[in-house]
Amino acid sequence: MNLRDVKEILNAEVLCCEDLLDREVKTCFACDLISEMLLHVQSNTLLVTSLTNAHILHAAQVMDALAVVFVAGKRPDATVIKKSEQSGLPLMTTKKLIFECCGLLYLNGARDSLEECD
Amino acid sequence: MLNDSFRFTPHITLEFKIGEKDFFIAGESASRVKKTLQQLGMKQDIIKRTAIIIYEAAMNVAIHANHGTLKVYIDPEVISIITEDEGPGIPDIELAMKEGYSTASHEVREMGFGAGMGLPNIKQCSDELDIDTKVGVGTTLKAKICLNNKN
Ligand SMILES: Nc1ncnc2c1ncn2[C@@H]1O[C@H](COP(=O)(O)OP(=O)(O)O)[C@@H](O)[C@H]1O
Ligand SMILES: [Mg+2]
Repeated sequence: MNLRDVKEILNAEVLCCEDLLDREVKTCFACDLISEMLLHVQSNTLLVTSLTNAHILHAAQVMDALAVVFVAGKRPDATVIKKSEQSGLPLMTTKKLIFECCGLLYLNGARDSLEECD
Repeated sequence: MLNDSFRFTPHITLEFKIGEKDFFIAGESASRVKKTLQQLGMKQDIIKRTAIIIYEAAMNVAIHANHGTLKVYIDPEVISIITEDEGPGIPDIELAMKEGYSTASHEVREMGFGAGMGLPNIKQCSDELDIDTKVGVGTTLKAKICLNNKN
């Protein structure tokens, strides 16, 4: 599954980096706590979250995230989208809630991003 | 066998000022240091642990203290991450180290912080951790990651 598939599966709207949707999605992490993401997310993971503030971008950078999906129709403001475009981090938003998103992504082959920092 | 990071790491010092409620410096400094470590060819695990410690420690200064500094020393054998702040200090360190304990405001929590996982995560990611704090004065946190023992 690549990001284009994710867009279809979640009926999502792409907010930036349309040109980067060929990226392959293998692992996902869904959560609204930045500390938790930092600790568990391995590189090239798709983040699924309802956090839309600018911190999520910085954190995504620190984690080398693959892309971010905002759930429940949440969308970040224009400056966040612009910054994300510049740094090459695709963003999407879907009306689906987090549980359904995770279920659909799992069904389509995505797995947990678990990399313990021992 | 001598590992690569041991052989090629020069002494590097990186310093950042953390202003009150400066919630962005944590991400910025973690990204900056991460790039430096990547250029030095450090192992993924070391880079990740360093980034987490920097992010959480700097965020704690921004959230809980008045202002402070973050210093990162990269030496051939060890990476030291030190935050020093002027602020309320931590009255009960044992309690503060507990997962889930947080005095962060509702506002801060809404931003995705304040889960009470910062200090436990720092502990988990460091080989040595030392917190020196004085109530009403401030807190100094020193975390070390050894480069030549693990793995
Ligand atoms: N630099 C600091 N100055 C004052 N208090 C701090 C500092 N760092 C941590 N604390 C205290 O320790 C608690 C736990 O910290 P932490 O585990 O990082 O959780 P969080 O930051 O999410 O609250 C904080 O809520 C705060 O009360
Ligand atoms: Mg914290």
